[in-house]
Amino acid sequence: MKLKLTIWRQKNPGTKGKFVTYPVNDVNPEMSMLECLDVLNESLIERGEEPVAFEHDCREGICGSCGFMISGVAHGPQPATTVCQLTMRHFKDGDELVLEPWRSASFPFVKDLVVDRRAFDRIIQSGGYVSVSTGNAPDGNDIPVGKEIADRAMDAAACIGCGACVAACPNGSAALFTGAKIAHLGILPQGKPEQDRRAVRMVAQMHTEGFGSCTNIGECTGVCPKEIPLEVIARMNRDYLFGAWTERSEVINTIAPATDWNFREK
Amino acid sequence: MSAAVAGPHTNRAPSFWQSTNGKKAVMAVTGAILFLFIIGHLLGNLQIFESRERLNTYSHFLKSLGELLWIVRGVLILAVVLHIVATVQLALRNRKARPIAYAKKKSVNSSYADRTMYWSGPIILAFVIFHLLEFTAGTLHPGAAAFSEHDVYYNVVSGFSVWWVSAWYIFSMILLGFHLRHGIWSMFQSVGINHPRHTPLLKQAALWIAILITAGYISIPVSVLAGWVR
Amino acid sequence: MTGTMKLDAGIPSGPIEQAWDKARFDMKLVNPANKRRHTLLVVGSGLAGASASATLGELGYNVKCFCFQDSPRRAHSIAAQGGINAAKNYQNDGDSIYRLFYDTVKGGDFRSREANVYRLAQNSVHIIDQCVAQGVPFAREYGGSLENRSFGGAQVSRTFYARGQTGQQLLLGAYQALERQVDAGQVTMFPRSEMLDLIVIDGQARGIVARNLITGQLSVHMADAVILATGGYGNVYYLSTNAKGSNATAIWRAYKRGALFANPCFTQIHPTCIPVSGDYQSKLTLMSESLRNDGRIWVPKKKGDKRRPNEIPEDERDYYLERKYPAFGNLVPRDVASRNAKAVCDEGRGVGETGLGVYLDFSDAIRRLGEQTIRERYGNLFDMYQRITDEDPYKVPMRIYPAIHYTMGGLWVDYQLQSTIPGLFVLGEANFSDHGANRLGASALMQGLSDGYFIIPYTVGNYLASAKPAKVTGSHPEALAAFAATQQGIAKLLAIKGKRTVDSFHRELGKIVWDDCGMSRTAAGLKEAIGKIRALREEFWQNLNVPGSSDDLNQSLEKAARVADFIELGELMCIDALERNESCGGHFREEYQTPEGEAQRDDQHYSYVAAWGYTGSANPPELYKEPLEFAYVHPSQRSYK
Repeated sequence: MKLKLTIWRQKNPGTKGKFVTYPVNDVNPEMSMLECLDVLNESLIERGEEPVAFEHDCREGICGSCGFMISGVAHGPQPATTVCQLTMRHFKDGDELVLEPWRSASFPFVKDLVVDRRAFDRIIQSGGYVSVSTGNAPDGNDIPVGKEIADRAMDAAACIGCGACVAACPNGSAALFTGAKIAHLGILPQGKPEQDRRAVRMVAQMHTEGFGSCTNIGECTGVCPKEIPLEVIARMNRDYLFGAWTERSEVINTIAPATDWNFREK
Repeated sequence: MSAAVAGPHTNRAPSFWQSTNGKKAVMAVTGAILFLFIIGHLLGNLQIFESRERLNTYSHFLKSLGELLWIVRGVLILAVVLHIVATVQLALRNRKARPIAYAKKKSVNSSYADRTMYWSGPIILAFVIFHLLEFTAGTLHPGAAAFSEHDVYYNVVSGFSVWWVSAWYIFSMILLGFHLRHGIWSMFQSVGINHPRHTPLLKQAALWIAILITAGYISIPVSVLAGWVR
Repeated sequence: MTGTMKLDAGIPSGPIEQAWDKARFDMKLVNPANKRRHTLLVVGSGLAGASASATLGELGYNVKCFCFQDSPRRAHSIAAQGGINAAKNYQNDGDSIYRLFYDTVKGGDFRSREANVYRLAQNSVHIIDQCVAQGVPFAREYGGSLENRSFGGAQVSRTFYARGQTGQQLLLGAYQALERQVDAGQVTMFPRSEMLDLIVIDGQARGIVARNLITGQLSVHMADAVILATGGYGNVYYLSTNAKGSNATAIWRAYKRGALFANPCFTQIHPTCIPVSGDYQSKLTLMSESLRNDGRIWVPKKKGDKRRPNEIPEDERDYYLERKYPAFGNLVPRDVASRNAKAVCDEGRGVGETGLGVYLDFSDAIRRLGEQTIRERYGNLFDMYQRITDEDPYKVPMRIYPAIHYTMGGLWVDYQLQSTIPGLFVLGEANFSDHGANRLGASALMQGLSDGYFIIPYTVGNYLASAKPAKVTGSHPEALAAFAATQQGIAKLLAIKGKRTVDSFHRELGKIVWDDCGMSRTAAGLKEAIGKIRALREEFWQNLNVPGSSDDLNQSLEKAARVADFIELGELMCIDALERNESCGGHFREEYQTPEGEAQRDDQHYSYVAAWGYTGSANPPELYKEPLEFAYVHPSQRSYK
C-alpha cells in the first residue's frame, strides 16, 4: 500500500523546523510504524539525504524509547500499543500520517522526532525508590503481600516511561508518570516507610521540571501503552496531601533541570 | 542528579500552594463549598413553585441573618476567589508547559465537559456577576419597572419574562451543568479518592446530579416564560 | 595459532560449597574512608550495570555509569519476560542450591565453570530478597507469599516472576537503586554516551573513551577500574530478539586492547519467536517458552503445501517433535526444538508466506481444557501475537520460528569476574562464565544481578586494595592515543562516502552468520562464511555510506561503528565454531552427531573454554585454553527420546 508521511524535520533546537511530506510507496501492512520509517530512511540515505532521527530500542513495546504523535495521537490510533508494535494494517492505502515529536517544555527538543526525557529520571531520583542498600534485605517471604496488593502495585509499576502521557495531556502534565511510581511503591509494604516523603519530594521535582497541572481528564491514560489507570494520580494526590500536612520543617530541595548535554562532573 | 548538572540541589521545593497538586486540592475544596451553595440556592429558589409568600419569607429570613449572612457570603467569595486564582495560575503554567502547539491533536479519552472547564468557568463567572447585579444588588433589572427590595418573587418573574434574560440564564445553567459534570467527580480525584469500582459510579452520579441541578434551575425561567409562574 | 599463556581462573581450593566464603575472606578490603577516593567506571546500565553501579555507590565509591540510551531504564534487560530462578525451595518440592547448580551445569552441556555456577546458585536466594525489599512486585499467592512456577523444563518450581514483565520489574528495581545513588551524589550518570575504546596503562585498565551521542563530542574518563556490563552480541545476526541498540562495541574494543574473548560461537536460539514477515523486518519478537506446555508443533507432510492450516487433515500433518522424541514430545530443550524446526523448513515444509515457520497449534488443548483455561494461561501472549500478526491464535494455529536471543560467549573472566586485563571487570551477558554452551530459562536475570549486587562489590575492592593502581590523568600518552585513534576511526567511517547503507551491510552479515554459524554448522560452511565475511568487511570499508556529520545526533554513524565491530566479531564466531570439532548445547556441528541426530560432545578433546586473543587486524586470533574440570557434576550424554 501507499502512504504519505508528513514528518517534523528539525536538525537541532537552534534551527527552525518544518513538516516535510514523503510518499512511501511499498508499505507492507505487516510492517511496524518504525519499520516503515526504516524503509523511508534507507531510501533517504540512498538519495543522499539525512535520515529521520527517531528513538527506538527494544521494538517490543517495553523499553519506552520510542514514541511520537501520529496524526494527533500519541503512539497512534491503536490503544495499548507503542509505535514499535503498531502495524501498518491499521491504516488505509493513501492515508496521510502526520508524525510530530512529543511537545513539552520539560522535554527539550533534540532532533526530528527525538526529545530529551531526562526529567523523568530526575523525578525518580527525587524519591522513586525504596531506600534499601544491597545486603540488608530480609527474606522475601518475611513480609506477606496479598495477591491483590501485589497485582495493584504491578499495574502501576508497568509504566515504561515513554512520555506519551505528557505528550497527550493538553496541560503537559507528568501526573500519570509520577503517580504511577508513587502508587507502585506506596501500595507495597516495602515502600510504606517513605510513602509521605516520597510523594512530597517527587511532586516537588515534577513542579521544578515545569510540567503542567493535572485536570483529571484522562487523556494520559487513554494513550498509555500500558494502560496505567487514573487511580494512580489520585494516589499521588492523597499521599501528597498527607505528606505536605505531616512534613516537619524539613528543607526539601529539588534538582535543577538539565538543559544541555555537556556533562560536567563533580 | 543528572550528570549534565552535577551541581548542588539548589532549587527549593514549592510550597503546598505553589505546587500544582496543592492548587488542585484547593480547587477541589472550594469547588465543594460552591457545590453545596449551588444545591442550597436551588432548594431555596424552588420554593417559588410553592407560593409568592413562601419565597419572600425565605428571602426575608436570609436577610435577617445579618452578620451570619455576611460570614457565609465571605466564605463563598473567598472560595470563588481561590477557585479562580488557582485556575488562572494553573492555566498560565499549563500554557508554558507546551510552548509549541501540535500541528494536529486529537482527544481520545476525555469528554466534552472535561475539556471545556476553562470555557465554562469564566462564562459562569460572568453570569454570576450579572445574576448578582440583577437579583441581589438590583442595579440591573431589565424588564422590571423597578427592583423591589422586598418582593423577590416579583423580581424573578419580571426578570425572566425578558426572553434574553432567560436565554442567558438557561445557557449559563447548561454550562454550569457541564462544569459540575466534571467537577463533582474530579474534586474527589484531586484530593486522592479514586477506586476502580466506585469512581465509575461517582461519574454516573455526577452526570445525574449535574442534570438534576441544571434542570432544577432551568425550570424557573421556563415556567415563567410558559406562564406557569406569574 | 594457539597461545601459550596459561589461563588461571583463580578458583579457591577446597569444597565448592565453601569456595565463595573462602574467596571473600581472602580478599583485601578498602578502608571505608578511602573508597570515595576511587573512581570506577561502569559501562552499561542493564541488570548487571545498574546493580553494580548502585551497590558500588552505596559502598562509597565514586562511580560513573555510561549508557547509550537516553535513560538507564531502557537497557534491554527490561525485555526479559519469563522470570528469575532462585533456589529458595519455597514450594517444598526438593529444590536446593545444589540442585540449581547441578541443573545449570548440565543444562550448559558441561562447558561452564563449576565454581562460578555454584556461586550463582548461592547468590540466587539473596537476589530475590533484595529485589523484594526494593519493591519489585513479584507474583504472590492470596496468602501473601511469593509465587513460583516451573520454567524451561525444570522439575522444580523455582522461577519467580512479575507477570510477563519480570525483566522490566527487576531492571526498574536496580534502576531505582541506581537513581538513589545518583541523587546521593555517589553515581554520576552519563546517558547517551557510548564507550568506543578502552584505555590501558601499564597493563591495567584505566579508563575509556566515550562519545556523547547528542553532541558528538569525544571524552576521556579515567578511573581505577573499568567494569563492562554491556550485554550480549546477538545482533551480529541482524535479526534477533535483542534491542536494536544492543551492540558488542565495548567488549570488542576491549578485546582489541588485550582482553580474551571466550567461546564466541556459543549462541542460543530460542524456538518460539514470531516468524519473519518480510525483508523490511527489523527485529524478532519472542513468545514465552511456556507456550510449548500446551501447544502442539507440526508442519504439513507434503512439501510446499499452501493450504490453510484448518484445511489440512489430521493424517497429512507431521507432529515431528512428538514423532521423533516420544518421551519429551514438544517439550524438548530449546536447541533441539530449534534445530528440528529449521530442518523441516529446509525440507520445504515450512509454513506461512516465507516458508520459514512451523505451526504451534492449541486446538487440541482448547478442546481438552476449554478456551477459558487457555485464555487464563496464555491470554497476554495470545494478545501480543494477535497484535503483531493480526491472526487469532484461538482459531488459527500460531506460526513460530527460532531466533537468536542470547549469547553465552563473551569476554573471558576469572573467578573474580576480572578479564585478562587487570582492572577490567566484565559482568552479565557480556562475560562468558556461567552458562556454558546453553543457557537455561530464567537464569540470565539471575546472573546479571548476582554479578552486579553480590560479586563485583567484593572483587573490585580486592583488586583496588591489592593492585593499588597509581594516579593517572587524562593527559597520559596512552589516553591521548586512544582518544586520537577513536577520532580517526569516526572520521574514517564518514570519509568512505560509498553507496551502501549500514543496514544493508548488517543485513548481509546477519544472513551469512545465520546460515552458516546459526542453528547448525559445518566445517565447509564455516570456512565459506569466513571468506564471505572478510569480503564483506573489505566492501564495508570501501562502499559504506554514512550521511551527516559527527557533531550531532547521527544514528547512522552510531550504527556504522557497531556494525564494523559486528563484522569482525562474526568472523571470530565462525573461527571459534570451526575450531570446536564437537557439538555441544547451542553449537551444533553437523559432522558431530549421534546416530539419532543429537549433539555429540567430545569431552576428551574439547572440555575447555576457548579464549581468543587479538593479534592485529591482519593476523589470525590466538587461542588460549582454560581446561574445565567437573568434580561434582559428571558429564553425560543428553537424551530426550
